[in-house]
Amino acid sequence: MAERLRIYRELVRAQVRGQASYRLSFTLDLLGNLLFFGSDLLAVLVVFRQVPALGGFTLRETLVVFGLAATGFALSDLFVGNIERMKTYVRTGLLDAVLIRPLGVLGQLLALDVGVRRIGRVVYSVLLLVVALRAADVPLTPVRVLMLVLTPLCGAVFFGAFFIATSTVAFWWVESGELSSSLTYGGRDFTAYPMPVYGTWLRRLFGFTLGFGFVAYYPSLVVLGRADPLGGPAWLSWTGPAVAALAAAAAWLIWRTGVRHYRSTGS
Amino acid sequence: MGFITATADRLTIRNFTEMASLIRTLGASGFRRFATYRQATVAATVTNSVFGLLRTYVMLAVSAAATAVGATAAGYTGPQLVLYVWAGQGLIGVVMLWGWTDLADRVRSGDVVIDLLRPVDPVFAFLAADFGRAAYAMLTRFAVPMVTGALIFDMYLPHRPATYPLFLVSVVLATVVCFACRFLANATCYWLLDYRGVGMAWAVFSGLCGGLFFPIRFLPDWAAALLWFGTPGPSLLQAPLDVLTERDGWPVQLGMLGVQAAWAVLLLWLCRVVQRRAERKLVVQGG
Amino acid sequence: MNIIEAYDLRKEFDIRVRAGRFKRERRTVAAVAGVDLVVQRGEMLGYLGPNGAGKSTTLKMLTGVLHPSGGRVSVCGLAPVPQRTTLARRIGVVFGQRSQLWWDLPLRDSFELLRHIYRVPAAEHAARLRRCRDLLDLDAFLDIPVRQLSLGQRMRGELTAALLHGPQILFLDEPTIGLDVVSKQAVRGFLAELGAKGDTTIVLTTHDLADIERLCRRIVVIDHGRVVHDGTIEALHARYGSQRRLVAELDEVPATLPDLPGVRLESAEGGRLTFAVDRTAPIGTLVSQLTATGVLRDLSVTEPEIETVIARLYRHTPAPR
Repeated sequence: MAERLRIYRELVRAQVRGQASYRLSFTLDLLGNLLFFGSDLLAVLVVFRQVPALGGFTLRETLVVFGLAATGFALSDLFVGNIERMKTYVRTGLLDAVLIRPLGVLGQLLALDVGVRRIGRVVYSVLLLVVALRAADVPLTPVRVLMLVLTPLCGAVFFGAFFIATSTVAFWWVESGELSSSLTYGGRDFTAYPMPVYGTWLRRLFGFTLGFGFVAYYPSLVVLGRADPLGGPAWLSWTGPAVAALAAAAAWLIWRTGVRHYRSTGS
Repeated sequence: MGFITATADRLTIRNFTEMASLIRTLGASGFRRFATYRQATVAATVTNSVFGLLRTYVMLAVSAAATAVGATAAGYTGPQLVLYVWAGQGLIGVVMLWGWTDLADRVRSGDVVIDLLRPVDPVFAFLAADFGRAAYAMLTRFAVPMVTGALIFDMYLPHRPATYPLFLVSVVLATVVCFACRFLANATCYWLLDYRGVGMAWAVFSGLCGGLFFPIRFLPDWAAALLWFGTPGPSLLQAPLDVLTERDGWPVQLGMLGVQAAWAVLLLWLCRVVQRRAERKLVVQGG
Repeated sequence: MNIIEAYDLRKEFDIRVRAGRFKRERRTVAAVAGVDLVVQRGEMLGYLGPNGAGKSTTLKMLTGVLHPSGGRVSVCGLAPVPQRTTLARRIGVVFGQRSQLWWDLPLRDSFELLRHIYRVPAAEHAARLRRCRDLLDLDAFLDIPVRQLSLGQRMRGELTAALLHGPQILFLDEPTIGLDVVSKQAVRGFLAELGAKGDTTIVLTTHDLADIERLCRRIVVIDHGRVVHDGTIEALHARYGSQRRLVAELDEVPATLPDLPGVRLESAEGGRLTFAVDRTAPIGTLVSQLTATGVLRDLSVTEPEIETVIARLYRHTPAPR
């Protein structure tokens, strides 16, 4: 196990070294991250120019939800986000190259293209979260701090599971285009606003069935010290870790099925 | 080189009929090329629809919250915002906001030299093919989200008959403006060689200033005016969407078309200038 | 001992074909349709076939990348797919058109990473690398990022990468594709030496028959997913009755021409005679008869070109319907 971790560490280090050789490109990426993040944030700010509150949540409260979701997403994007390029891996044969090496397939793919260039998003998200917490005037208690640490971590696992699970679409359907992103990035957009904004059936589908409601919205209720306007019980806020674990397990199963399917159909 | 552009420039009657048939052929090839990407079209339509769902609810919440305090969301009613969101999602594929790197790819691979050997101006050839592509997208990527949105939500349908032809003209102009922007962004590859930075900037600019993420009217008036007249952004999506939702009377609709047309002419002219510069660079420096 | 055993190996793919404007039909296509392949330790095997014959698919099944649809297969005594990671340590693979090197890193770093991945003891790794460096002249470009290497340099790097963990079998899928003459020579020379040592089994697919003639005693030809020939190159010539060509230049046109079984005059231009000679024909008698008819100024015998033999072979095999 330790041996294996060391191998992966070497792989990641090599990848980082490779990316660092494009210094200009790396700087550009950091700027690009800022632009994308800024535009997401700006969209929320502009919407709140029209109304004082959305779904019963003020701008400051919404930004806490947004910050929690964004931090979780940015973390998962950093570590596993590259897996969305699965279609390219299948087409260019990188997947075959990985299959002839004595290591796990998923681990290699993740380590071979870890997204150091996306580190900017993590920084910006955390900064926003801190600012939003100050603005929302939330007194920090140990429970809230625990929640603030736990939520982005669970969110990262949860989004990571979606990245991996949806990337397997490429094993069946190489021309699937942006289809995977409708769940990953769609899920991120869903979590950016408090759940009462959405209609009942979308809440059921995205919030509960797919589980995106437990990524930021329910945990944020504890942080903000509010009851659920939708009438959900208080313990729902603490289900994040369980939901993340469930999603990770499901993603692993889907991934294994996908790899098995690839081996029986080829590219 | 001068010889090639000269033939494309001079318009005689015979030339005109030849040009018309060339446009038809190039356009048809663009249509057919995208008609073969059937699976990709399905995937993209599904993706657009999912984002349409999410944005609709946010916009409806905005509308409801605004109505509750006795205001409107920047002058749009709820059903108008529904139309705004779904038509916007459909138009992404028609004007092809993202994902066009044909020219950048050809520059990087060096294939662009082959284009120069053809007796057709590259800007013109790419634009003609783009019209074909847009026509195909109008039938698929625009139609499907529109129907989906109308079935799920209470969607506004334009009352004034004149709105429909105005909308079509606006979409054509938006396609030209978007094409020209994409062409210019891609053309930076002649000098920069790496498209990624420019590509990211374009993606953010077009989504934000085009009116996709939120209607430009949500911004303060001075900012909206700055975007309309200072950038081609609102001419990409905001103009056709505002024409379609009938938020304003026909004079304003016509005014928006005018702004679009001005941008289209200006940007196409810029494309020609840039292309000529690039050709000179290729010929003189050998790429 | 058999290092590769495959019996009745099959691989079928489902493809969708357009049937009419909107309808699509599912059709099953057999890429590999019952291949038997037994390879002994130390053999150098050439695996030939036209485009789409199933060469790469076979290789992918032998290396554990693809799961066979049917048949039995064992490589190094292992089942390729279930025991993939164990097998990976015992085989080396080079896909000619794909790279397994780190694009942005110098070759040296790629090799170091592979040492970690395959967990090769440092001393062994260094010894193997030293040998490859000498034989393949790697030193000139060991510190250049892979993306800046020429194709020939990169292929030499790929070969080294596939050998650093001391594999028992080396699979090469079109290793000389796109290389210039000098690089081809270098790769072939290296492989010939590797094969001559006898402890590495080599399975090679290629379109370049010069690779085969230089390297492989045994060739397996497949077409439409089936083996159509398995044996030596000589056996292939014999089976398809390929002929040698004898060109004789005489002082003047002889009055009588030799008439021997299996010998046919192809052309006569003045004193220059070209004969097509069967492999069984008495070529010595032909030469002595020619010397008897006049002054023999020049004489040459050319072996039949394997290209023509293979081309004839492909034409012989009918497509299954």
